[in-house]
Amino acid sequence: METTVEKLTSKDFSSDQEVRWCPGCGDYSILKQVQTILPDLGRPKEEFVFISGIGCSSRFPYYMDTYGMHSIHGRATAIATGLKATRPELSVWVITGDGDSMSIGGNHFIHMFRRNPDLNVLLFNNQIYGLTKGQYSPTSEQGKVTKSSPIGSVDYPFNPIALALGADATFVARSMDRDPKHQQHVIKRGYEHQGTSLIEIYQNCNVFNDGAFEIYTEKASKKENILLMENGKPLIFGANDDKGIKLDGFKPVIVNLADVSANDLWIHDETDLVKATILSRFYDDPTHPDHKPRPFGVFYVNNNKETFDNLFNKQMEHAMENGMGDLDKLIAGRETWVVN
Amino acid sequence: MNPTIDKDLESVVIRFAGDSGDGMQLTGTQFTNSAALFGNDLATFPDFPAEIRAPIGTLAGVSGFQIHFGSTRIHTPGDMSHVLVVMNVAALKANIKNLVKGGVIIANSDGFDSKNMRLANVPEDKNPLTDGSLDEYDLKIIDVTKITRAALTDSGLSVKEIDRCKNMFVLGLVYWMYNRNMESSIAFVKAKFKKNEAVMNANLKIMQAGWSYGETTEMFANRYNVAPAKMEAGVYRSIMGNQAAALGLIAASVKSGLSLFYGTYPITPATDILHELSKYKNFNIKTFQAEDEIAAICSSIGASFGGSLAITGSSGPGIALKGEAIGLATMLELPLVIVNVQRAGPSTGLPTKTEQADLMQAYYGRNGECPLVIVAAQSPGDCFNMAYEACRIALEHMIPVFLLTDGYIANGSEPWMYPQSKDLQEIKVEFAPEKTNTDDKFMPYMRDEKLSRPWALPGTKGLEHRIGGLEKQNITGNISYDPNNHEQMIHLRQEKVDKVANYIPLQTMDNGPETGDLLILGWGGTYGALKTATTILRGEGLNVSHAHLRYISPFPSNLGEILKGFKTVVVPELNNGQLVKIIRDKYFIDAIPYNKIQGLPFMSTEVVNKIKEILA
Repeated sequence: METTVEKLTSKDFSSDQEVRWCPGCGDYSILKQVQTILPDLGRPKEEFVFISGIGCSSRFPYYMDTYGMHSIHGRATAIATGLKATRPELSVWVITGDGDSMSIGGNHFIHMFRRNPDLNVLLFNNQIYGLTKGQYSPTSEQGKVTKSSPIGSVDYPFNPIALALGADATFVARSMDRDPKHQQHVIKRGYEHQGTSLIEIYQNCNVFNDGAFEIYTEKASKKENILLMENGKPLIFGANDDKGIKLDGFKPVIVNLADVSANDLWIHDETDLVKATILSRFYDDPTHPDHKPRPFGVFYVNNNKETFDNLFNKQMEHAMENGMGDLDKLIAGRETWVVN
Repeated sequence: MNPTIDKDLESVVIRFAGDSGDGMQLTGTQFTNSAALFGNDLATFPDFPAEIRAPIGTLAGVSGFQIHFGSTRIHTPGDMSHVLVVMNVAALKANIKNLVKGGVIIANSDGFDSKNMRLANVPEDKNPLTDGSLDEYDLKIIDVTKITRAALTDSGLSVKEIDRCKNMFVLGLVYWMYNRNMESSIAFVKAKFKKNEAVMNANLKIMQAGWSYGETTEMFANRYNVAPAKMEAGVYRSIMGNQAAALGLIAASVKSGLSLFYGTYPITPATDILHELSKYKNFNIKTFQAEDEIAAICSSIGASFGGSLAITGSSGPGIALKGEAIGLATMLELPLVIVNVQRAGPSTGLPTKTEQADLMQAYYGRNGECPLVIVAAQSPGDCFNMAYEACRIALEHMIPVFLLTDGYIANGSEPWMYPQSKDLQEIKVEFAPEKTNTDDKFMPYMRDEKLSRPWALPGTKGLEHRIGGLEKQNITGNISYDPNNHEQMIHLRQEKVDKVANYIPLQTMDNGPETGDLLILGWGGTYGALKTATTILRGEGLNVSHAHLRYISPFPSNLGEILKGFKTVVVPELNNGQLVKIIRDKYFIDAIPYNKIQGLPFMSTEVVNKIKEILA
């Protein structure tokens, strides 16, 4: 039954705490978009819980007038799993960064996907450690020169989307700080998904890694370099929407729309794991001449994997079917004797 | 008729020893159960290797189970055994030093063949069964393997399956030796193998064969009776420490009306708590086997935020990993129980052996000033009480509480006069009520007389608030970098722990008067050995008392007074001196440490000798 909820506004979701990210930080946009969509979700605000780890992004819960926990580095996913398991009726969100989720919290990150609790995970990816003032992160490109890698990092980067798909995530999407509408749309879809939703958001750190995603966000280069995926629609991109992606067997090929019939293009199917996996590998260096466009939108949705919280609580319901056990019987055990 | 003579004994220590795969733990447990049902008081000591199936026949693979049972009160599994059952030469070699001179050895001769001799590194010409080295003992040689195989030729079982029944022969024989009835073990075998009748019948047949062997051969001149013990009147059951801890946690969950959430990761010797709890989902007990120790405690913190009775359990190495999250729980001021079933460390150490070396870890093992409450169980049955107390304190004071037990009491068993649920202390939990007037803001760090803050659950209207690991302003809970606020909060968190002293029992003397020449001050699983030692010392006219701590942080408020009443205070511990440092620091007395760090419990005689040496 639908209960009427008093209509909230984005202001209802801002706390009285002063927002302390650097001026110009991409985090402001994400905060704004979340505060914008929450009133539309039709839930009382006491049902929302935001749990974060450590890092710039993880200050997020302090700015939301909801329940929140700013926890310890990398562990928000584990804390959120415990909360969701025991309070499945709450809307639980995880706010994390690239270092928080994929370095120190890597283990919990993959096990969360494996279990599939109904959590909404916003991964602020800025490809740098910001709060510690600029060291390379697990998503920094190889060769990255930072304070901790003065002649360039030798580490290969993680591909978060591929990592999540590899761990059997059931909702995997990418958005960017500079496109509010796209963000709102994708975050909403993530919220609606039953299961763990990963939303990677490219977020510019204008102090320690400025312009990391410029090529995907600036007007001049954007259309040529991003691929906006829409379910059921052909994969088209280019300055004049003049290019498309075609599958040659399992091999994606960039084609000119002038040369190919639209029917031959790759039609995006969010439920196709193989295709999502291919798309997740559109991850080349954008300066490379033959690079593929970077996909944004929903890569993959799997509605057939039951959530952890459902399974966990179904077992409980089944166990409690005949009511609560008898504590005194339990304490006494099977064999007792009397001493007079 | 066999010319055996029945003799009465006050107490007996039997040690069953064999290969890890010989079923000695099962044999010991079965004998224990029937001794308990018979009304003996008892204590047990399972002593097994970390490897599940260590190389067969080697010293490393020897698994032992010691039981001390008697017609008087029994507090330890016994320093030396009177009867040693050995299934092979390695088991003999590993255990002969703890057999009293003149004690009975029951040896399975098949385990002394040349292969077993080689595996145990015993020279071919030094077979202890024949070389006279055991002349000081009462040696009984039986080819258990041969008898078992002969008895089961027509059973339809394979040789491997037949050989697995050997332990039942030993069990039957020992039952005969101590004039026991086999009913409870017969029922056990029937239940255990109800799906495999052939195996069930084989086990029953061999148990009976063991009994008949005692009855018909003239190997045993005596049979012994150990009368039921004179114990406090009441209803008893047999209990192991980990079992008791699990029951205590469940009882706290039921009495507080909160669902229990146990986030954990498998680790020896704590895992049995998980096994136990996971059986009782019908008590609204939720267990979560996390991907690692950190996720285990973090999921519990999440559950605590949501209003569950949240518990995490582990052993030393796991607790080390949980350190940062314990600090978080301290900052969040949420209830959380952390169970540490201590084992010998550091690092992986001796996983199956006991130690009390994690007290400092519990006390100080986190970054920053991070005090919390610590309680410790003193015996298998006491694990119930202290698990319950840990939950009560955590919930009523909104604070993390450490429960320390150890491998010795976790796996040891004793008769337990169990409580009735109605007699357990109430646990009062109140969640912060919803707020409709949003003008006056909710203050998540407002404190009551215990200095504890409100437990405001997500989902409660009007109480939206944020908590976290950053230092917070008192009352509002907002982030605060104010220097004076930080100092105030450090003091407040300590005071909050100190105030718990007003809500726990005063320290009592276990034995002896409140003043005197020497106080034995112990804590945790050494209780039985120290109690027995004190009884012996006092019996010899020495002015010695024994007090045993179960509340360690904070200490009971009268502890300082008690310490002042003695000329000498000795602190025996299974570590390199940990409680003694805290006692010296806090009470400024010249307490004397007495330490044993061998992965083994104290023997009472060791303690007796040490105390005499100090008094001399």
